[in-house]
Amino acid sequence: MNAQLPSIRRRLVVQLALVAALLSVAFFLTVRGVAGNATEQTQDSILAASAASIADAVYSDDGAVRVELPYSALSMLGTVSEDRVFYRVIVDGETLTGYDDLPVPSGRAGPRAPLFDTYTYRGDSLRSVVISRALSGASRPRRVEVVVAQTRLGLEVISARITGTATAIAVAFFLVATALSALAARNALQPLNRLAETMARRGPKDLRPVTDETPEELAPLVAGLNSFMQRLGAALTRSEDLIVEAAHRVRTPLATVRTQAEVMHLQVEKPANRSALRQMIRAVDESSRSAGQLLDHAMVTLRSDQLETEETDPGELLHDVVGRLGPTAELKDITIRLELPPEQTRVMGDPILLQNAVRNILDNAIKYSAAETDITVRLEPGNPCRLVFCDQGRGFAAADITRLPDRFSRGSNVSDVVGSGLGLTIVADVARAHGGSLEIADNPEGAGACVTLVLPSC
Amino acid sequence: MRHACLAFLLIVRITAAGAFEIEESHLYPGGDTELRILSTADSEVFDPIIRAFQSENPGLSITYDVASSAQVMTALYREGAAYDLAISSAMDLQTKLANDGLALAYRSEATARLPGWARWRDRVFAFTQEPAVLVINEAALAGLELPHNREGLIALLRGNPGIFDGRIGTYDVRISGLGYLFATQDSRNTESYWQLTEIMGRLNTRLYCCSGDMIAAVARGELALAYNVLGSYARARLAETPGIRIIEMEDFVSVMLRTALIPQTAVATEEAGRMIDFLAGMRSRPELAAQSGLPPVDLDESDANAAVVRPIRLGPGLLVFLDRMRRDTFLRSWVSSVEQD
Repeated sequence: MNAQLPSIRRRLVVQLALVAALLSVAFFLTVRGVAGNATEQTQDSILAASAASIADAVYSDDGAVRVELPYSALSMLGTVSEDRVFYRVIVDGETLTGYDDLPVPSGRAGPRAPLFDTYTYRGDSLRSVVISRALSGASRPRRVEVVVAQTRLGLEVISARITGTATAIAVAFFLVATALSALAARNALQPLNRLAETMARRGPKDLRPVTDETPEELAPLVAGLNSFMQRLGAALTRSEDLIVEAAHRVRTPLATVRTQAEVMHLQVEKPANRSALRQMIRAVDESSRSAGQLLDHAMVTLRSDQLETEETDPGELLHDVVGRLGPTAELKDITIRLELPPEQTRVMGDPILLQNAVRNILDNAIKYSAAETDITVRLEPGNPCRLVFCDQGRGFAAADITRLPDRFSRGSNVSDVVGSGLGLTIVADVARAHGGSLEIADNPEGAGACVTLVLPSC
Repeated sequence: MRHACLAFLLIVRITAAGAFEIEESHLYPGGDTELRILSTADSEVFDPIIRAFQSENPGLSITYDVASSAQVMTALYREGAAYDLAISSAMDLQTKLANDGLALAYRSEATARLPGWARWRDRVFAFTQEPAVLVINEAALAGLELPHNREGLIALLRGNPGIFDGRIGTYDVRISGLGYLFATQDSRNTESYWQLTEIMGRLNTRLYCCSGDMIAAVARGELALAYNVLGSYARARLAETPGIRIIEMEDFVSVMLRTALIPQTAVATEEAGRMIDFLAGMRSRPELAAQSGLPPVDLDESDANAAVVRPIRLGPGLLVFLDRMRRDTFLRSWVSSVEQD
């Protein structure tokens, strides 16, 4: 068996799933990044608004700088989350009010432009903003800085929630995409499966070109397949022709040679010459028979490969063959007894092959039987169906029974009789092609052997 | 201005110099574990609650110390006094403790059942909602049209100076944390607050430290009316005190949430958590609410009067009026309005 590559469908699904996974991860990272920035910017803008409203509430009163902390400045920070809030108002470097030790975000900022920083204060990470403004109206301009800071727990909660949502969406996307990929792969491969089914459904001799509509990608494959089948069809036709041709060409000249030899046999009178001619005739007979068997064998091999079964009456078939071989048997004074059941039987099989097999068994039996003996041919219908041929010949040596159906193998006790060793091979092949078997056994009623062609049913 | 709570002021003066001052201390002896509670609520109000809690937790010895809200703040914020639970009506100070990292977080099924407005940062838990009301002496106001909102109250005072001169009581917001909370919420919620304060000042309003004293003075007839009195205390005294009447304003009612928190210095944190669960579940113990006179937090948020009845919102907004400059400014305005001599 060929080493199998992984299925196209699986490969397609895996690759599409990998793409989906990549997209999911990219989506997840993007959403988290964008959402993280957005929430941070939201906190920053609220902090800046808070600081700006405090800065606006700073006023000068009789030379003293005062601030009236607006309620909304701190309450707005509590609307989004329950974070800790710190603030500090500094005038010319001195804390006016708020948390004295709250650090001021460091860095350079433009006038009234908020400056942000993140640091740790009282055990929590804080997002902090500073806004500075100049306060005029007093004896000299004063520099006011407002710091507002908030912990980032709410931010983390929102971030965790967004991360959770993004994860869920990414996983869902991945699952849906993978399921759709599997579906798409199945759809895409459907023409291929359809083609395979069409081919599998075809009969053994159906070598017509495939005319189904196929997608572009399968066109070369179908074209190749069609051209292959065309060549195969041609080759099959050629070999069938060859067999018929060979049978004709070998048998006709042999028949001519035999006729001439018989004519000569009648004309020569020298006993030595007559004996030579008799031997020659026998050799020609044997050659003709062997050629016939070789052709039979070739035929059986060819037909077995593409078995065409039809309903056949085995009784009629036996009757037919026995009738045809009757004259040959009579030459040796052999009586063939045909025992058929009273009812008609039916067997599914290739009539030509079955006839071939039956003829070879009977031919063998006649050949190896002594003169003036009986051959019994019996049809035992049922499941299995048995076609039994029993002779009173020399039988088989025990050691040969399993070996005999091999091609060109002959029994160890028949060296004095000319034979090709193909007969039982043909029978065995036919039996196998029909799902049956060949049985060889000693004749239970005395000398000789029984050969049984076993078929599944009749 | 007259000092109706002279004795109390003395205590405040003393403690300002040194350590925080405890007004009362009660010990409920029990098992080996000690739960120390610092509270602003009167001991007789809280007594049934403590006893009920202790009967469910027999292994506990409970110390119940009563102090003013300012003293609670001093104890916990400045001096790091060792208490396992702080209960206070001063929501702003409790919020500041939690904001500045002096309260421990606590989560439980009971706290999760509290509505969102009744807890902050899993550190401050509200267990009562107590409205600020107007208490009047019925005899003194006989024949007059009773006010239903602050405009009406202003008109009433303005029209009858003879009746009300020297007979109006309200919190001295300089010494009462709760008074300051109510006053600042009023100033935030209505334009007429300063107008009202102005008139009250002109009518020689008397200043008190505590709701109880005001209610008693109204009952005695010394006062015709007291403004921003704790409704829960007034309602508790209503039955035994004939002649007084509670009026809830219709423009808005500030609702104070009495809150509990676990200070950072707490040792018996688990027991303190159990106490918070107990307080948060007061709704399911109506008999306890009746005995203590503390209306529990309404777990059902669909209040028809929501527009009028405003629970003071826990959160950083409360820190605004604790700002030293803002407080200074507010008190200066208030004093100049109330003291017009």
